[in-house]
Amino acid sequence: MELTVLNDTPSESAGGCSTSSCGSSNDQLSHLPDEIKQKVHNHPCYSEEAHHYFARMHVAVAPACNIQCHYCNRKYDCANESRPGVVSELLTPDQAVKKTKAVAANIPQMTVLGIAGPGDPLANLDRTFETFRRLSEEAPDIKLCVSTNGLALPAAVEELSKHNIDHVTITINCVDPEIGAQIYPWIYWNNRRIHGKKGAQILIEQQQKGLEMLVAKGILVKVNSVMIPGVNDQHLKEVSRIVKQKGAFLHNVMPLIAEAEHGTFYGVMGQRGPSNEELMELQDECSGDMNMMRHCRQCRADAVGLLGEDRGDEFTMDKIEQMDIDYEAAMVKRAVIHQGIAEELAEKEKKRAALAAVKVPSGPAAENKHFRPVLMAVATSGGGMINQHFGHATEFLIYEASSNGVRFISHRKVDQYCIGNDTCGEKESALSGSIRALAGCEVVLCSKIGFEPWGLLEEAGIQPNGEHAMEPIEEAVMSVYEEMIATGRLDQSKGESSQMSA
Amino acid sequence: MSLSIIESCVNCWACYDVCPSEAIYEAAPHFLIDAKKCTECEGDYADPQCASICPIEGAILDAAGESINPPGSLTGIPPEMMEKAMAEIQAR
Repeated sequence: MELTVLNDTPSESAGGCSTSSCGSSNDQLSHLPDEIKQKVHNHPCYSEEAHHYFARMHVAVAPACNIQCHYCNRKYDCANESRPGVVSELLTPDQAVKKTKAVAANIPQMTVLGIAGPGDPLANLDRTFETFRRLSEEAPDIKLCVSTNGLALPAAVEELSKHNIDHVTITINCVDPEIGAQIYPWIYWNNRRIHGKKGAQILIEQQQKGLEMLVAKGILVKVNSVMIPGVNDQHLKEVSRIVKQKGAFLHNVMPLIAEAEHGTFYGVMGQRGPSNEELMELQDECSGDMNMMRHCRQCRADAVGLLGEDRGDEFTMDKIEQMDIDYEAAMVKRAVIHQGIAEELAEKEKKRAALAAVKVPSGPAAENKHFRPVLMAVATSGGGMINQHFGHATEFLIYEASSNGVRFISHRKVDQYCIGNDTCGEKESALSGSIRALAGCEVVLCSKIGFEPWGLLEEAGIQPNGEHAMEPIEEAVMSVYEEMIATGRLDQSKGESSQMSA
Repeated sequence: MSLSIIESCVNCWACYDVCPSEAIYEAAPHFLIDAKKCTECEGDYADPQCASICPIEGAILDAAGESINPPGSLTGIPPEMMEKAMAEIQAR
């Protein structure tokens, strides 16, 4: 397998371990310098830990785009779809400022305001920067960030650095124009539409240049990549290596979303997305070189709330117009709540350090370190706890327990991306869909579970477990793993379900 | 002579920002081109700017009423594939 090739490459952060997140800590950012940790500790899109506690929002002030991607359809207005590049209503900068303050006052855990579309924020310079300028004056306790395809980035870096934006996400799907030509049919550059490889070449150059310029300015860069099987899947390992070399601090490999009903090139042409297993394997292969983000929910360009939830309906412009927001008062309340979360996190961190020893299986297990890793699914509604009913979960977090400890792997949605009416794709029983989404897991941890799903899960080789309700996730996962060792369950092979991790 | 925008426009603002003549204006249900101001970018650029950035096939017409970006020219989706996919989806 190619895994070994990558892991043979010495990496200062990986040490003797094949992944950046192994050992007793569950946070993929734990080995970063304190200065970076400080910047990201309350950013849900940058810290796996933070995403259980802190919320984010996007304001859709950036409709124009300067490139075409084969996974995007510019008919972006849809209430039922949940994927990047889709919004329900466009906002003017003034409306965006109002909305941001309303959300911040009502969801005090909201720490981050991002501009992510529905087009490219940097192809909408006036609208994007007016929003940032006003928010940095009127709501200084909110972090600002932006994501871009990178084409207009070099020209915008100076202005970005003026607005005190310390996080930028660039979507980089390739560093090879041959591959780029299969992803980007055209770009708009120097007042011309440029098709094919030539356009892809320019885009790649601008992305790389923009990345270097941001890093030189001390702005944190996350790189997003869309994994497109047969197009760039193998190539993304090289992308990961290069962007790390240039100073990106986090790489987020996301699965292609492609359905014919979205009207995108890939959807209509029948290009498939990767399976959960393929995505996880690629993320693991890249992780020898790079911090990988695994908790991305590929949210809409107008999403509001914790990652994985969208409370946008509560904050439509007509509702916001009715709200009377005293932002000065809201800031006081927000500071108290942020302080509370910070204390809770610090407490958790202390406890984690104290419990580090518990996370390595002890007793009879200690002598025999050959127990295979086990994947477990967790139903949680936030706070890092097992606190959700199986039937209420719209997604599960997947953790791996092994003799190296517990690590977060991914999330799996159990809803379809399109949850609209019956014309939106074929319906299947929600329950069988959930069980299929949990393929590869051996245990599912939740606060409660009904009789019917219990039986069906057992039949599928997944052990439901409600005994750890209201316990912290990692501790519960390790305790179940230890129990599996003690009761001899790991002496047996995994049965019919496929082995998912080396 | 003037270009025009028709109903398939999705109101993405891209053309508005790049027009050198400020001929494009916001209107309901979609953006429009002021025929008195439109120069087709002659003297400014080699190609008309709105039609060079517009992402929607068929949304911008030339002075003769012909589509500047005909079906398939921007997305790369062959028109017959698009029709087939849409027919399948509507049949559900």
